[in-house]
Amino acid sequence: MPNKALSILSAMIFLALWQGLASYLHSHTLPTPVVVAMVFWKECRSGQLPFHLGVTLLRLVVSFTIAMSLGCAIGIMLGRSKKLDSFFDNWLVIFLNVPALVTIILCYVWFGLVESAAILAVVVNKLPNVIVTIREGTKALDQDLLDMARCYRFSRRKILQHVIWPQLHPFVMGATRTGLALIWKIILVVELLGRSNGMGYQLHLFFQLFDVASILAYTVAFVSVIQLIELTILKPLDRKSQQWRR
Amino acid sequence: MADIHITIHNKTFATATEPTIADFTLSLVSGEFVCLVGASGCGKTTLLNIIADLDYDYDGDIVVGQQHKSPKIGYIFQNPRLLPWRTVRENIELALPDDYAGDVVDNLLDIMQLTPHQHVYADRLSLGMGRRVSIIRAFAVNPELLLMDEPFVSLDPPTARQVRALLLQLWQQRPHTVLFVTHDLREAITLADKLIFLSANPMQIISEVLVAIPRNERNNELAVENFRQQLLNEHPDIKQLL
Repeated sequence: MPNKALSILSAMIFLALWQGLASYLHSHTLPTPVVVAMVFWKECRSGQLPFHLGVTLLRLVVSFTIAMSLGCAIGIMLGRSKKLDSFFDNWLVIFLNVPALVTIILCYVWFGLVESAAILAVVVNKLPNVIVTIREGTKALDQDLLDMARCYRFSRRKILQHVIWPQLHPFVMGATRTGLALIWKIILVVELLGRSNGMGYQLHLFFQLFDVASILAYTVAFVSVIQLIELTILKPLDRKSQQWRR
Repeated sequence: MADIHITIHNKTFATATEPTIADFTLSLVSGEFVCLVGASGCGKTTLLNIIADLDYDYDGDIVVGQQHKSPKIGYIFQNPRLLPWRTVRENIELALPDDYAGDVVDNLLDIMQLTPHQHVYADRLSLGMGRRVSIIRAFAVNPELLLMDEPFVSLDPPTARQVRALLLQLWQQRPHTVLFVTHDLREAITLADKLIFLSANPMQIISEVLVAIPRNERNNELAVENFRQQLLNEHPDIKQLL
Protein backbone atom coordinates (compact mmCIF):
# COMPACT_ATOMS: atom_id res chain seq x y z
CA MET A 1 0.00 0.00 0.00
CA PRO A 2 1.92 3.05 -1.25
CA ASN A 3 -0.48 5.48 0.48
CA LYS A 4 0.14 3.95 3.88
CA ALA A 5 3.90 3.97 3.29
CA LEU A 6 3.64 7.60 2.28
CA SER A 7 1.84 8.60 5.48
CA ILE A 8 4.37 6.70 7.62
CA LEU A 9 7.19 8.39 5.71
CA SER A 10 5.64 11.82 6.28
CA ALA A 11 5.36 11.15 10.03
CA MET A 12 9.00 10.05 10.12
CA ILE A 13 10.11 13.19 8.30
CA PHE A 14 8.08 15.33 10.72
CA LEU A 15 9.79 13.67 13.72
CA ALA A 16 13.21 13.93 12.06
CA LEU A 17 12.73 17.66 11.39
CA TRP A 18 11.63 18.19 14.98
CA GLN A 19 14.61 16.22 16.30
CA GLY A 20 17.04 18.07 14.03
CA LEU A 21 15.71 21.52 14.88
CA ALA A 22 15.62 20.82 18.62
CA SER A 23 19.18 19.41 18.61
CA TYR A 24 20.38 22.39 16.62
CA LEU A 25 18.70 25.02 18.84
CA HIS A 26 19.52 23.10 21.99
CA SER A 27 16.97 25.17 23.92
CA HIS A 28 14.99 24.36 27.06
CA THR A 29 11.84 25.66 25.32
CA LEU A 30 12.04 23.14 22.46
CA PRO A 31 12.79 19.65 23.80
CA THR A 32 13.56 16.83 21.37
CA PRO A 33 10.94 14.13 20.65
CA VAL A 34 13.01 11.70 22.71
CA VAL A 35 12.80 13.93 25.79
CA VAL A 36 9.05 14.39 25.26
CA ALA A 37 8.60 10.61 24.97
CA MET A 38 10.50 10.10 28.22
CA VAL A 39 8.37 12.68 30.05
CA PHE A 40 5.27 11.07 28.57
CA TRP A 41 6.34 7.67 29.91
CA LYS A 42 7.15 9.09 33.37
CA GLU A 43 3.78 10.91 33.60
CA CYS A 44 1.96 7.76 32.54
CA ARG A 45 3.70 5.64 35.17
CA SER A 46 3.00 8.13 37.94
CA GLY A 47 -0.68 8.02 36.97
CA GLN A 48 -0.88 11.79 36.64
CA LEU A 49 -1.43 11.89 32.90
CA PRO A 50 -4.07 9.13 32.73
CA PHE A 51 -6.00 10.76 35.60
CA HIS A 52 -6.13 14.27 34.13
CA LEU A 53 -6.70 12.96 30.64
CA GLY A 54 -9.56 10.81 31.96
CA VAL A 55 -11.18 13.75 33.75
CA THR A 56 -11.03 15.87 30.60
CA LEU A 57 -12.35 13.03 28.44
CA LEU A 58 -15.26 12.54 30.83
CA ARG A 59 -16.16 16.23 30.53
CA LEU A 60 -15.80 15.89 26.76
CA VAL A 61 -18.18 12.93 26.60
CA VAL A 62 -20.82 14.54 28.84
CA SER A 63 -20.84 17.96 27.17
CA PHE A 64 -20.56 16.47 23.68
CA THR A 65 -23.53 14.16 24.27
CA ILE A 66 -25.69 16.96 25.63
CA ALA A 67 -24.72 19.39 22.85
CA MET A 68 -25.23 16.86 20.05
CA SER A 69 -28.57 15.48 21.19
CA LEU A 70 -30.05 18.88 22.06
CA GLY A 71 -28.57 20.40 18.90
CA CYS A 72 -29.99 17.66 16.65
CA ALA A 73 -33.46 17.97 18.18
CA ILE A 74 -33.56 21.77 17.94
CA GLY A 75 -31.91 21.76 14.50
CA ILE A 76 -34.52 19.37 13.09
CA MET A 77 -37.34 21.46 14.60
CA LEU A 78 -35.99 24.70 13.13
CA GLY A 79 -35.37 23.05 9.78
CA ARG A 80 -38.93 21.74 9.61
CA SER A 81 -40.72 24.90 10.76
CA LYS A 82 -40.22 28.20 8.95
CA LYS A 83 -41.88 30.15 11.78
CA LEU A 84 -39.67 28.74 14.53
CA ASP A 85 -36.66 29.26 12.31
CA SER A 86 -37.31 32.94 11.65
CA PHE A 87 -38.08 33.48 15.35
CA PHE A 88 -34.91 31.85 16.66
CA ASP A 89 -32.57 32.85 13.83
CA ASN A 90 -31.43 36.03 15.62
CA TRP A 91 -30.82 34.16 18.84
CA LEU A 92 -28.63 31.70 16.96
CA VAL A 93 -26.59 34.45 15.36
CA ILE A 94 -26.00 36.01 18.78
CA PHE A 95 -24.97 32.74 20.42
CA LEU A 96 -22.79 31.80 17.46
CA ASN A 97 -20.82 35.01 17.83
CA VAL A 98 -20.42 35.30 21.60
CA PRO A 99 -16.73 34.53 22.24
CA ALA A 100 -16.15 31.25 24.07
CA LEU A 101 -14.24 33.04 26.80
CA VAL A 102 -17.22 35.28 27.56
CA THR A 103 -19.60 32.34 28.00
CA ILE A 104 -17.11 30.57 30.22
CA ILE A 105 -16.58 33.60 32.44
CA LEU A 106 -20.32 34.30 32.66
CA CYS A 107 -21.10 30.70 33.57
CA TYR A 108 -18.50 30.73 36.35
CA VAL A 109 -19.68 34.13 37.63
CA TRP A 110 -23.34 33.19 37.61
CA PHE A 111 -23.16 29.56 38.77
CA GLY A 112 -19.88 29.44 40.67
CA LEU A 113 -16.71 27.44 40.02
CA VAL A 114 -18.58 24.14 39.87
CA GLU A 115 -18.61 21.17 37.51
CA SER A 116 -22.09 21.91 36.13
CA ALA A 117 -21.07 25.47 35.23
CA ALA A 118 -18.05 24.10 33.36
CA ILE A 119 -20.18 21.63 31.40
CA LEU A 120 -22.82 24.29 30.71
CA ALA A 121 -20.18 26.66 29.34
CA VAL A 122 -18.93 24.02 26.91
CA VAL A 123 -22.45 23.06 25.82
CA VAL A 124 -23.48 26.67 25.23
CA ASN A 125 -20.40 27.14 23.06
CA LYS A 126 -20.99 24.07 20.93
CA LEU A 127 -24.80 24.01 20.72
CA PRO A 128 -25.35 26.80 18.13
CA ASN A 129 -22.91 25.10 15.74
CA VAL A 130 -24.76 21.81 15.90
CA ILE A 131 -28.13 23.52 15.52
CA VAL A 132 -27.05 25.43 12.42
CA THR A 133 -25.48 22.39 10.75
CA ILE A 134 -28.47 20.12 11.43
CA ARG A 135 -30.93 22.87 10.47
CA GLU A 136 -29.28 23.23 7.06
CA GLY A 137 -29.35 19.45 6.67
CA THR A 138 -33.03 19.34 7.54
CA LYS A 139 -33.84 22.08 5.04
CA ALA A 140 -32.16 20.02 2.34
CA LEU A 141 -34.29 16.92 3.05
CA ASP A 142 -35.82 15.27 -0.02
CA GLN A 143 -39.47 16.38 -0.06
CA ASP A 144 -40.39 13.60 -2.52
CA LEU A 145 -39.35 10.94 -0.03
CA LEU A 146 -41.19 12.69 2.81
CA ASP A 147 -44.33 12.81 0.65
CA MET A 148 -43.91 9.12 -0.11
CA ALA A 149 -43.66 8.37 3.62
CA ARG A 150 -46.73 10.48 4.33
CA CYS A 151 -48.78 8.82 1.65
CA TYR A 152 -47.83 5.35 2.90
CA ARG A 153 -48.67 6.53 6.43
CA PHE A 154 -45.26 5.89 7.99
CA SER A 155 -45.27 6.40 11.75
CA ARG A 156 -43.30 9.34 13.16
CA ARG A 157 -40.63 6.96 14.40
CA LYS A 158 -40.28 5.33 10.97
CA ILE A 159 -40.00 8.69 9.24
CA LEU A 160 -37.31 9.85 11.64
CA GLN A 161 -35.34 6.62 11.60
CA HIS A 162 -35.58 5.59 7.96
CA VAL A 163 -36.28 8.76 5.97
CA ILE A 164 -34.83 11.73 7.86
CA TRP A 165 -31.89 10.30 9.81
CA PRO A 166 -30.02 8.69 6.86
CA GLN A 167 -30.21 12.02 5.01
CA LEU A 168 -28.95 13.92 8.04
CA HIS A 169 -26.12 11.48 8.66
CA PRO A 170 -23.41 13.40 6.74
CA PHE A 171 -24.40 16.58 8.57
CA VAL A 172 -24.33 14.83 11.94
CA MET A 173 -20.90 13.40 11.18
CA GLY A 174 -19.71 16.85 10.14
CA ALA A 175 -21.03 18.35 13.36
CA THR A 176 -19.41 15.51 15.32
CA ARG A 177 -15.98 16.01 13.80
CA THR A 178 -15.90 19.79 14.08
CA GLY A 179 -17.59 19.40 17.45
CA LEU A 180 -14.91 17.17 18.93
CA ALA A 181 -12.17 19.51 17.74
CA LEU A 182 -13.98 22.58 19.07
CA ILE A 183 -15.15 21.11 22.37
CA TRP A 184 -11.84 19.82 23.58
CA LYS A 185 -10.18 23.14 22.92
CA ILE A 186 -12.90 24.92 24.90
CA ILE A 187 -12.76 22.38 27.70
CA LEU A 188 -9.08 23.13 28.24
CA VAL A 189 -9.87 26.83 28.69
CA VAL A 190 -12.76 25.98 31.02
CA GLU A 191 -10.41 23.84 33.12
CA LEU A 192 -7.66 26.41 33.05
CA LEU A 193 -10.01 29.10 34.38
CA GLY A 194 -11.99 27.28 37.00
CA ARG A 195 -11.24 23.63 37.70
CA SER A 196 -8.57 21.99 39.82
CA ASN A 197 -8.06 18.94 37.61
CA GLY A 198 -7.99 17.99 33.95
CA MET A 199 -5.66 18.74 31.08
CA GLY A 200 -6.29 22.47 31.11
CA TYR A 201 -5.40 22.74 34.76
CA GLN A 202 -2.20 20.75 34.24
CA LEU A 203 -1.18 22.79 31.22
CA HIS A 204 -1.65 25.92 33.29
CA LEU A 205 0.75 24.53 35.91
CA PHE A 206 3.34 23.58 33.29
CA PHE A 207 3.04 27.03 31.75
CA GLN A 208 3.90 28.64 35.10
CA LEU A 209 6.93 26.32 35.35
CA PHE A 210 7.88 26.82 31.67
CA ASP A 211 7.84 23.03 31.43
CA VAL A 212 7.52 22.70 27.64
CA ALA A 213 8.36 18.98 27.58
CA SER A 214 5.34 18.17 29.77
CA ILE A 215 3.07 20.46 27.73
CA LEU A 216 4.11 18.61 24.57
CA ALA A 217 3.74 15.21 26.24
CA TYR A 218 0.16 16.04 27.28
CA THR A 219 -0.59 17.38 23.81
CA VAL A 220 0.67 14.19 22.19
CA ALA A 221 -1.50 12.15 24.53
CA PHE A 222 -4.59 14.17 23.74
CA VAL A 223 -4.10 14.24 19.99
CA SER A 224 -3.59 10.47 20.05
CA VAL A 225 -6.83 9.93 21.96
CA ILE A 226 -8.81 12.10 19.52
CA GLN A 227 -7.22 10.22 16.61
CA LEU A 228 -8.16 6.95 18.29
CA ILE A 229 -11.79 8.11 18.59
CA GLU A 230 -11.76 8.97 14.88
CA LEU A 231 -10.30 5.59 13.90
CA THR A 232 -12.23 3.28 16.21
CA ILE A 233 -15.62 5.02 16.42
CA LEU A 234 -16.23 7.60 13.69
CA LYS A 235 -14.63 5.86 10.69
CA PRO A 236 -16.39 2.50 11.25
CA LEU A 237 -19.68 4.36 11.85
CA ASP A 238 -19.17 6.18 8.56
CA ARG A 239 -18.38 2.99 6.70
CA LYS A 240 -21.41 1.16 8.07
CA SER A 241 -23.90 3.90 7.30
CA GLN A 242 -22.47 4.64 3.87
CA GLN A 243 -22.29 1.07 2.61
CA TRP A 244 -25.43 1.55 0.51
CA ARG A 245 -23.59 4.03 -1.68
CA ARG A 246 -22.10 2.79 -4.92
CA MET B 1 -63.46 -2.38 -1.84
CA ALA B 2 -65.76 0.60 -2.16
CA ASP B 3 -66.57 3.08 -4.90
CA ILE B 4 -64.77 6.39 -4.60
CA HIS B 5 -66.24 9.79 -5.42
CA ILE B 6 -64.03 12.80 -5.80
CA THR B 7 -65.36 16.34 -5.96
CA ILE B 8 -63.08 19.33 -6.27
CA HIS B 9 -64.86 22.68 -6.32
CA ASN B 10 -61.71 24.71 -6.51
CA LYS B 11 -57.98 24.21 -6.35
CA THR B 12 -55.94 27.33 -6.92
CA PHE B 13 -52.22 27.50 -6.19
CA ALA B 14 -51.09 30.40 -4.05
CA THR B 15 -48.89 31.66 -6.86
CA ALA B 16 -51.62 31.49 -9.54
CA THR B 17 -54.64 33.66 -10.27
CA GLU B 18 -56.64 31.07 -12.23
CA PRO B 19 -57.76 27.82 -10.60
CA THR B 20 -55.89 24.70 -11.73
CA ILE B 21 -58.92 22.51 -11.09
CA ALA B 22 -62.52 23.77 -10.85
CA ASP B 23 -65.93 22.08 -10.60
CA PHE B 24 -64.43 18.67 -11.13
CA THR B 25 -66.11 15.39 -10.22
CA LEU B 26 -64.81 11.89 -10.75
CA SER B 27 -66.37 8.61 -9.69
CA LEU B 28 -64.38 5.41 -9.60
CA VAL B 29 -66.20 2.09 -9.56
CA SER B 30 -64.58 -0.52 -7.35
CA GLY B 31 -62.03 -2.63 -9.22
CA GLU B 32 -61.98 -0.37 -12.25
CA PHE B 33 -58.77 0.58 -14.11
CA VAL B 34 -59.14 4.22 -15.17
CA CYS B 35 -56.62 6.14 -17.24
CA LEU B 36 -56.50 9.92 -17.13
CA VAL B 37 -55.17 11.30 -20.39
CA GLY B 38 -54.28 14.95 -20.75
CA ALA B 39 -51.56 17.33 -21.83
CA SER B 40 -48.71 17.80 -19.37
CA GLY B 41 -49.29 20.62 -16.92
CA CYS B 42 -53.08 20.25 -16.99
CA GLY B 43 -53.26 19.32 -13.31
CA LYS B 44 -53.22 15.51 -13.31
CA THR B 45 -50.48 15.20 -10.72
CA THR B 46 -52.19 17.89 -8.62
CA LEU B 47 -55.33 15.78 -8.69
CA LEU B 48 -53.45 12.66 -7.58
CA ASN B 49 -51.74 14.58 -4.77
CA ILE B 50 -55.11 15.84 -3.55
CA ILE B 51 -56.50 12.31 -3.54
CA ALA B 52 -53.38 11.04 -1.74
CA ASP B 53 -53.82 13.76 0.91
CA LEU B 54 -50.40 15.21 0.06
CA ASP B 55 -52.12 18.44 -0.97
CA TYR B 56 -54.95 19.45 1.35
CA ASP B 57 -55.20 23.10 0.39
CA TYR B 58 -58.32 22.77 -1.81
CA ASP B 59 -62.07 23.11 -1.64
CA GLY B 60 -63.77 19.79 -2.19
CA ASP B 61 -64.62 16.37 -0.82
CA ILE B 62 -63.57 12.75 -1.18
CA VAL B 63 -66.02 9.97 -0.31
CA VAL B 64 -65.01 6.32 0.01
CA GLY B 65 -68.12 4.12 0.21
CA GLN B 66 -70.20 6.18 2.62
CA GLN B 67 -67.31 7.75 4.53
CA HIS B 68 -65.86 11.21 4.00
CA LYS B 69 -62.16 10.45 4.12
CA SER B 70 -59.08 9.96 2.01
CA PRO B 71 -58.85 6.41 0.71
CA LYS B 72 -55.95 4.20 1.71
CA ILE B 73 -53.48 4.83 -1.07
CA GLY B 74 -50.81 2.93 -2.93
CA TYR B 75 -48.95 5.54 -4.93
CA ILE B 76 -46.59 4.73 -7.79
CA PHE B 77 -44.80 7.98 -8.51
CA GLN B 78 -43.08 9.15 -11.68
CA ASN B 79 -39.78 8.42 -9.96
CA PRO B 80 -39.83 5.28 -7.85
CA ARG B 81 -39.12 7.29 -4.66
CA LEU B 82 -37.38 4.41 -2.91
CA LEU B 83 -35.16 4.97 0.09
CA PRO B 84 -31.70 4.43 -1.49
CA TRP B 85 -30.17 3.47 1.89
CA ARG B 86 -32.61 0.59 2.41
CA THR B 87 -32.80 -2.72 0.55
CA VAL B 88 -35.57 -3.68 -1.84
CA ARG B 89 -37.29 -5.74 0.83
CA GLU B 90 -36.93 -3.08 3.51
CA ASN B 91 -38.41 -0.49 1.17
CA ILE B 92 -41.51 -2.64 0.77
CA GLU B 93 -41.77 -3.66 4.41
CA LEU B 94 -41.46 -0.10 5.70
CA ALA B 95 -44.75 0.80 4.00
CA LEU B 96 -46.50 -2.05 5.81
CA PRO B 97 -47.88 -2.12 9.35
CA ASP B 98 -45.60 -3.75 11.94
CA ASP B 99 -47.65 -6.97 12.05
CA TYR B 100 -47.71 -7.66 8.30
CA ALA B 101 -47.54 -11.17 6.87
CA GLY B 102 -44.13 -11.83 5.30
CA ASP B 103 -45.44 -14.21 2.63
CA VAL B 104 -47.35 -11.35 0.96
CA VAL B 105 -44.03 -9.67 0.23
CA ASP B 106 -42.46 -12.97 -0.88
CA ASN B 107 -45.31 -13.58 -3.27
CA LEU B 108 -45.18 -10.08 -4.75
CA LEU B 109 -41.39 -10.22 -5.15
CA ASP B 110 -41.84 -13.52 -6.95
CA ILE B 111 -44.44 -12.20 -9.40
CA MET B 112 -42.29 -9.14 -10.14
CA GLN B 113 -39.20 -11.36 -10.58
CA LEU B 114 -37.27 -9.55 -7.87
CA THR B 115 -36.74 -12.35 -5.33
CA PRO B 116 -32.99 -12.67 -6.16
CA HIS B 117 -32.57 -8.91 -5.69
CA GLN B 118 -34.54 -8.45 -2.47
CA HIS B 119 -31.47 -7.69 -0.34
CA VAL B 120 -29.90 -5.23 -2.78
CA TYR B 121 -29.80 -1.56 -1.79
CA ALA B 122 -32.37 0.43 -3.77
CA ASP B 123 -29.59 2.81 -4.82
CA ARG B 124 -28.07 0.07 -6.97
CA LEU B 125 -31.19 -0.90 -8.92
CA SER B 126 -31.73 -0.18 -12.58
CA LEU B 127 -34.57 2.17 -13.48
CA GLY B 128 -36.87 -0.68 -14.49
CA MET B 129 -36.20 -2.63 -11.31
CA GLY B 130 -36.87 0.45 -9.21
CA ARG B 131 -40.26 0.83 -10.90
CA ARG B 132 -41.06 -2.79 -10.15
CA VAL B 133 -40.20 -2.32 -6.48
CA SER B 134 -42.43 0.73 -6.27
CA ILE B 135 -45.24 -1.28 -7.87
CA ILE B 136 -44.80 -4.03 -5.28
CA ARG B 137 -44.83 -1.49 -2.47
CA ALA B 138 -48.08 -0.02 -3.76
CA PHE B 139 -49.82 -3.41 -4.04
CA ALA B 140 -48.39 -4.71 -0.75
CA VAL B 141 -50.29 -2.19 1.38
CA ASN B 142 -53.54 -3.50 -0.12
CA PRO B 143 -54.84 -0.02 -0.89
CA GLU B 144 -58.38 1.11 -1.55
CA LEU B 145 -57.06 3.07 -4.50
CA LEU B 146 -53.87 2.72 -6.53
CA LEU B 147 -52.54 5.95 -7.97
CA MET B 148 -50.02 5.79 -10.80
CA ASP B 149 -48.42 8.92 -12.15
CA GLU B 150 -46.83 8.09 -15.53
CA PRO B 151 -44.81 5.30 -13.93
CA PHE B 152 -43.21 4.12 -17.18
CA VAL B 153 -42.29 7.51 -18.53
CA SER B 154 -38.49 7.39 -18.74
CA LEU B 155 -38.06 3.68 -19.46
CA ASP B 156 -36.82 2.41 -22.81
CA PRO B 157 -39.67 0.79 -24.82
CA PRO B 158 -38.79 -2.90 -24.18
CA THR B 159 -38.41 -2.32 -20.43
CA ALA B 160 -41.60 -0.28 -20.33
CA ARG B 161 -43.43 -3.11 -22.14
CA GLN B 162 -42.07 -5.67 -19.70
CA VAL B 163 -42.97 -3.68 -16.57
CA ARG B 164 -46.39 -2.85 -18.03
CA ALA B 165 -47.08 -6.57 -18.63
CA LEU B 166 -45.98 -7.40 -15.07
CA LEU B 167 -48.22 -4.67 -13.71
CA LEU B 168 -51.23 -6.02 -15.61
CA GLN B 169 -50.47 -9.56 -14.45
CA LEU B 170 -50.31 -8.38 -10.84
CA TRP B 171 -53.46 -6.31 -11.15
CA GLN B 172 -55.40 -9.25 -12.62
CA GLN B 173 -54.32 -11.46 -9.73
CA ARG B 174 -55.10 -8.78 -7.15
CA PRO B 175 -57.80 -6.49 -8.50
CA HIS B 176 -57.68 -2.93 -7.19
CA THR B 177 -59.26 0.32 -8.23
CA VAL B 178 -56.61 2.14 -10.27
CA LEU B 179 -56.24 5.74 -11.35
CA PHE B 180 -53.47 5.87 -13.93
CA VAL B 181 -52.13 9.12 -15.36
CA THR B 182 -50.49 9.16 -18.77
CA HIS B 183 -50.22 11.19 -21.94
CA ASP B 184 -49.45 8.12 -24.02
CA LEU B 185 -52.73 7.08 -25.64
CA ARG B 186 -51.50 3.63 -26.72
CA GLU B 187 -50.40 2.86 -23.20
CA ALA B 188 -53.77 4.02 -21.87
CA ILE B 189 -55.67 1.80 -24.32
CA THR B 190 -53.49 -1.20 -23.45
CA LEU B 191 -54.14 -0.86 -19.72
CA ALA B 192 -57.49 0.75 -19.02
CA ASP B 193 -61.13 -0.19 -18.68
CA LYS B 194 -62.05 3.44 -19.09
CA LEU B 195 -60.25 6.45 -20.56
CA ILE B 196 -60.93 9.94 -19.25
CA PHE B 197 -59.69 12.85 -21.35
CA LEU B 198 -58.86 16.07 -19.57
CA SER B 199 -58.53 19.67 -20.70
CA ALA B 200 -56.42 22.32 -19.01
CA ASN B 201 -57.03 25.72 -17.31
CA PRO B 202 -58.97 24.69 -15.34
CA MET B 203 -58.79 20.93 -15.63
CA GLN B 204 -62.08 19.44 -16.77
CA ILE B 205 -63.29 16.17 -18.24
CA ILE B 206 -63.80 16.41 -22.01
CA SER B 207 -64.96 12.88 -22.61
CA GLU B 208 -65.05 9.40 -21.13
CA VAL B 209 -64.48 6.35 -23.35
CA LEU B 210 -64.78 2.68 -22.45
CA VAL B 211 -62.06 0.52 -24.00
CA ALA B 212 -63.92 -2.14 -25.93
CA ILE B 213 -60.94 -4.42 -26.58
CA PRO B 214 -61.15 -7.63 -24.50
CA ARG B 215 -58.35 -8.01 -21.92
CA ASN B 216 -56.78 -10.99 -23.67
CA GLU B 217 -56.32 -9.03 -26.91
CA ARG B 218 -54.56 -6.04 -25.38
CA ASN B 219 -51.14 -7.38 -26.42
CA ASN B 220 -52.23 -7.21 -30.04
CA GLU B 221 -50.69 -3.95 -31.20
CA LEU B 222 -52.87 -3.83 -34.29
CA ALA B 223 -56.07 -3.96 -32.24
CA VAL B 224 -54.77 -1.17 -29.99
CA GLU B 225 -53.75 0.93 -32.98
CA ASN B 226 -57.14 0.44 -34.68
CA PHE B 227 -58.93 1.45 -31.53
CA ARG B 228 -56.73 4.54 -31.26
CA GLN B 229 -57.46 5.61 -34.86
CA GLN B 230 -61.15 5.07 -34.41
CA LEU B 231 -61.06 7.08 -31.17
CA LEU B 232 -59.25 10.00 -32.80
CA ASN B 233 -61.70 9.99 -35.71
CA GLU B 234 -64.73 9.97 -33.43
CA HIS B 235 -63.39 12.54 -30.98
CA PRO B 236 -61.39 15.14 -32.91
CA ASP B 237 -61.09 17.32 -29.77
CA ILE B 238 -58.84 14.67 -28.19
CA LYS B 239 -56.13 15.16 -30.81
CA GLN B 240 -55.06 18.52 -29.46
CA LEU B 241 -54.43 17.01 -26.01
CA LEU B 242 -51.80 14.60 -27.25
